[in-house]
Amino acid sequence: MCGKSIIEEPVLQVNHLKKYFPMGKGQILKAVDDVSFEIGKGKTLGLVGESGCGKTTCGRTCTGLYSKTSGEVLFKGQDVHKLRGKDRKAFTKSVQTIFQDPYASLDPRMKVSELVTEGLRIHNMISNKKEEQERAQELLRLVGLQAEHANRYIHEFSGGQRQRIGIARALAIEPEFIVCDEPISALDVSIQAQIVNLLKEMQAKMDLTYLFVAHDLSMVRHISDQVAVMYLGKIVELTTSDELYSHPVHPYTQALLSAIPIPDPDVEKKRERIVLTGDVPSPISPPPGCRFCSRCKYATEQCFEEEPEMKKIGPEHYVACHLCK
Amino acid sequence: MNNILEVKNLQVSYHTYAGEVKAVRGVDFSVSEGETLAIVGESGCGKTVSAKAVMGLIQTPGVIKEGSEINYGGKNLVAQPESEWEKYRGGECAMIFQDALAALNPTLSVGKQIAENLIIHRNCNKREAMEKAVELLEKVGIPEADKRVKQYPHEFSGGMRQRVMIAIALACNPKIIIADEPTTALDVTIQAQILELLKELQKELKTSIILITHDLGVVADMADQIAVMYSGKIIEKGSGRDIFYHPRHPYTWSLLNAVPRLDGDRKKNLVSIEGTPPDLLLELKGCPFVERCAHCMNICTRQAPPTFTFENEHRATCWLHHEKVQGEYPFETGGALCVEKA
Repeated sequence: MCGKSIIEEPVLQVNHLKKYFPMGKGQILKAVDDVSFEIGKGKTLGLVGESGCGKTTCGRTCTGLYSKTSGEVLFKGQDVHKLRGKDRKAFTKSVQTIFQDPYASLDPRMKVSELVTEGLRIHNMISNKKEEQERAQELLRLVGLQAEHANRYIHEFSGGQRQRIGIARALAIEPEFIVCDEPISALDVSIQAQIVNLLKEMQAKMDLTYLFVAHDLSMVRHISDQVAVMYLGKIVELTTSDELYSHPVHPYTQALLSAIPIPDPDVEKKRERIVLTGDVPSPISPPPGCRFCSRCKYATEQCFEEEPEMKKIGPEHYVACHLCK
Repeated sequence: MNNILEVKNLQVSYHTYAGEVKAVRGVDFSVSEGETLAIVGESGCGKTVSAKAVMGLIQTPGVIKEGSEINYGGKNLVAQPESEWEKYRGGECAMIFQDALAALNPTLSVGKQIAENLIIHRNCNKREAMEKAVELLEKVGIPEADKRVKQYPHEFSGGMRQRVMIAIALACNPKIIIADEPTTALDVTIQAQILELLKELQKELKTSIILITHDLGVVADMADQIAVMYSGKIIEKGSGRDIFYHPRHPYTWSLLNAVPRLDGDRKKNLVSIEGTPPDLLLELKGCPFVERCAHCMNICTRQAPPTFTFENEHRATCWLHHEKVQGEYPFETGGALCVEKA
């Protein structure tokens, strides 16, 4: 899957991306270590993994918020990290992020109308106050809020409403590609469904492309066409949503799926659960060989010594594991 | 079965500048020996406040209102002096908090924090208490317990910290453990470990558990009884099977359908509950769920619904069970055995 694109019209191509953080004393934290994937127009790629696996760093590096260590991120064929000046500004107009924490990511001193139209002002897409108000009200209605909310401040809203404002802000400049960085993990279950349905609706309406970063596999399944599972900075399995949930191949994916409780007592009782022992090792000095070997019950000697390559095992199904032939 | 804890008409209010926030508005529940009661609800529905009230941890500006009863060991604890609470808290009833890093003292070794309980409640001396602390750490599955007992909370990972919290709660062999969202801050694989541990310990020690959570998935495998809370009230209560397979309140039904299921249909849109819960500052006239309910009727806005009781002690507080109501609903309605006025 490296090098040449397999999708006809990829919006985002990530090739061998690496992002290392120096930790002092010569130590290096390998947050993202040789990750490759691509997303087609109008599609959603779900990026899942446990906390600390590098999924947020990956999302941020893709939008150019972090510089890269090596590899490349191509947005419609252009290298994101080499853009400067006018090109860079054009790029920021087509890419937006919805952040995880709607409490921390919105400025409490700005009115909602100012918040949602900030991008429009920066890109000179509105000329006067009146237009700003109109656009703000339009956007708020689009995400299911009311027009009169435009003159309020952010502390007057609940978590779900704030996340809607975050979404309105991202949609304002009509981007093509949105990185959703755990947009629902801070919300209640009943509100999560609202936001996921809203994101799907917007995608259908505006032909958006999403990189959906999350740790909740059951929600990701609902929104993604493709899912990539990350573990300690590496993608261990990448395939279509249906395939991943019906035929998970990597032992980590299997364990991750079996750890999710199903809200049905009878199904739960019959289910055999794979409980992983131990914690995720530190990404500062990951074990040599396969990153998952310390928690994998199938690990062989080869797993402790040699790092597995990403292999194609079916149409659109890629796994990095020595045991899959 | 014998109820070891009975909570009747529990009301908790917070007096703030904006007015009186009625966080818990008359809640009844009971737990019998070795049983798990799950309290499920959204944030702000009063589930944590109820748990804190049972532990005697409500602090000003919060007050437990008159008429509330927390019956344990033949006494109503609400009327008892602080000295009585101190014996009960930690000794008879222990709590596992949501955020283990915030709940543990960063300046004390975990061993000391476990031993503290034993020294206060079980008259152990320091050496005995420390020995017991090592045993407890082993019991909750922490490797090299004799070394780790001297370490501080920051040296443990999230899952390990939650294990330490469980060890502290278990220290005095309490009759009841209140687990307030014990796995919300953890990753799914660690969550599975912690839930497995709680189940094993319950089987071994016959402790009753009050499990507070917003995740219905967590509850499915553990709860004998489930109480669903909404804006300070229990709106439906019943056995685990009754709640999951025969929900009788539209809120419970939509909550069950809002949770994405791994074995469900992927293409189907999730059922979302539009709107947000009501402001707890306001006096609620009708049913608290009225604004978000798809099956709202005229009477729902005017009069608070009574509680209907069905077979197997299954209760639901919703007008849809009234004999005059007819229509097709995706959940069960009607067939009440008896009615209590609100």
